[in-house]
Amino acid sequence: MSRHLLSAADLDADEATAVLDTAAEMANVAGREVKKLPTLRGRTVVNLFYEDSTRTRISFEAAAKRLSADVINFSAKGSSVAKGESLKDTALTLQAMGADAVVIRHGASGAPHRLADWVDGSVINAGDGTHEHPTQALLDAYTMRARLGRLAGLKVAIVGDVLHSRVARSNVLLLHTLGAHVTLVAPPTLLPVGVGAWPADTSFDLDAVLPSSDVVMMLRVQRERMGDSFFPSVREYSRRYGLDGARMRQLPAHAIVMHPGPMIRGMEIAPEVADSPRSTITEQVTNGVSVRMAVLYLLLGGMNQ
Amino acid sequence: MAHAEAAQTTTKTILSGADLQRVIDRIAHQILEKTRGAGDTVLLGIPTRGAPLARRIAERIEAFEQVRVPVGSIDITLYRDDLRSQAPRPLGPTEVPQGGIDGQRVILVDDVLFRGRTVRAALDALRDLGRPSAVQLAVLVDRGHRELPIRADYVGKNLPTALDEQVQVRLAEVDGTDGVMIISGSGPPSI
Repeated sequence: MSRHLLSAADLDADEATAVLDTAAEMANVAGREVKKLPTLRGRTVVNLFYEDSTRTRISFEAAAKRLSADVINFSAKGSSVAKGESLKDTALTLQAMGADAVVIRHGASGAPHRLADWVDGSVINAGDGTHEHPTQALLDAYTMRARLGRLAGLKVAIVGDVLHSRVARSNVLLLHTLGAHVTLVAPPTLLPVGVGAWPADTSFDLDAVLPSSDVVMMLRVQRERMGDSFFPSVREYSRRYGLDGARMRQLPAHAIVMHPGPMIRGMEIAPEVADSPRSTITEQVTNGVSVRMAVLYLLLGGMNQ
Repeated sequence: MAHAEAAQTTTKTILSGADLQRVIDRIAHQILEKTRGAGDTVLLGIPTRGAPLARRIAERIEAFEQVRVPVGSIDITLYRDDLRSQAPRPLGPTEVPQGGIDGQRVILVDDVLFRGRTVRAALDALRDLGRPSAVQLAVLVDRGHRELPIRADYVGKNLPTALDEQVQVRLAEVDGTDGVMIISGSGPPSI
């Protein structure tokens, strides 16, 4: 693995599989009484969050603490960033504090790549704008493999607001690397320009895709990133692209339903579906900690490069 | 360069496959004797080769006295004190038998006892898994050169070695064949 994890495309098939295998061993730690390993003792991990996030920040924090790293949480609100400090100056401050890894979430696509030029430690992209969220893709792949036993040959439908979704982009890249086949399902207005160049198929018709899908991943409609209206009404969106009980029953018996969270019940996913045995939503949260432990170990657990 | 090195190394067989099986039989007998029948005992092998070794010892114990000893494995990678000396290592499996290790006599099983650092790491790992009533150590080969105050309770073969020699244990489950060799002239030893 290289020094940073900025994009799901940074990983080749062997490296991605190594992360998933390592995560499977890390998952054992969650089941025991002492949920702690001494592996990263004396290392410092900074959580640098410019955007609100609950689950990702807590997940990284739990992962780092389970490996005995020291964790510093830095949120932009109420910090020097609110006073106008630039990303570069913040980076130099973290550098001066001796951060071994910086986990960054930023509203601007590409911010982690810039940060990687300024700090000596590892940079882990925890979501940048509408660009990428590689650890989410890894935990999704881990969850699929754990539930269905394999990734190669799986048919995965990613449904909803692909345009604003860093989760979709990272998943397409990683799942393609691992041999799964992705179909993006969305209204034409919520597909990004240039989606034809992605290693995935596209469809506007959810009902046509469901019967042949092993995995359905529902995306939240990110209204906070929408300046204009991309569809006429919530009701119309929900009727065409929401996953309700009737649609779920079109899936093959073994198929699973995923959601990266936070979900809007009644919009992209019906409560009946979110709470069904097919749903992996809480498993994804649990697996997120194991996968992030694996990433931290593989980036920081060896020799300084 | 690799060719020149290969020409300088000499490999000497210390235990043949049949010898190795006899040594495992003896360790199984010693465990039965010292633990008075291997009750309340759990065997934990240290991956890679300690794990199949532990299974073989348990099989022999069962063959001799019809006692079924729970077997598991304990990976020590995340507890090593030399993690920063090389790129991150892949993890081996940790499998604690059902029933756990609390109050049990845990016998750690490894192929070669050398500097003692692996066993130190295993003791740390064990502490996070539970509280055994006692911990013992069984090794196939004790090659000396301890760097920590650690000794084995069951030793298959004491093998005095030079630091620049390498002891290689081969097990059918991992290497396709059984045997113990000593390789000299292969440069600095690896742990």
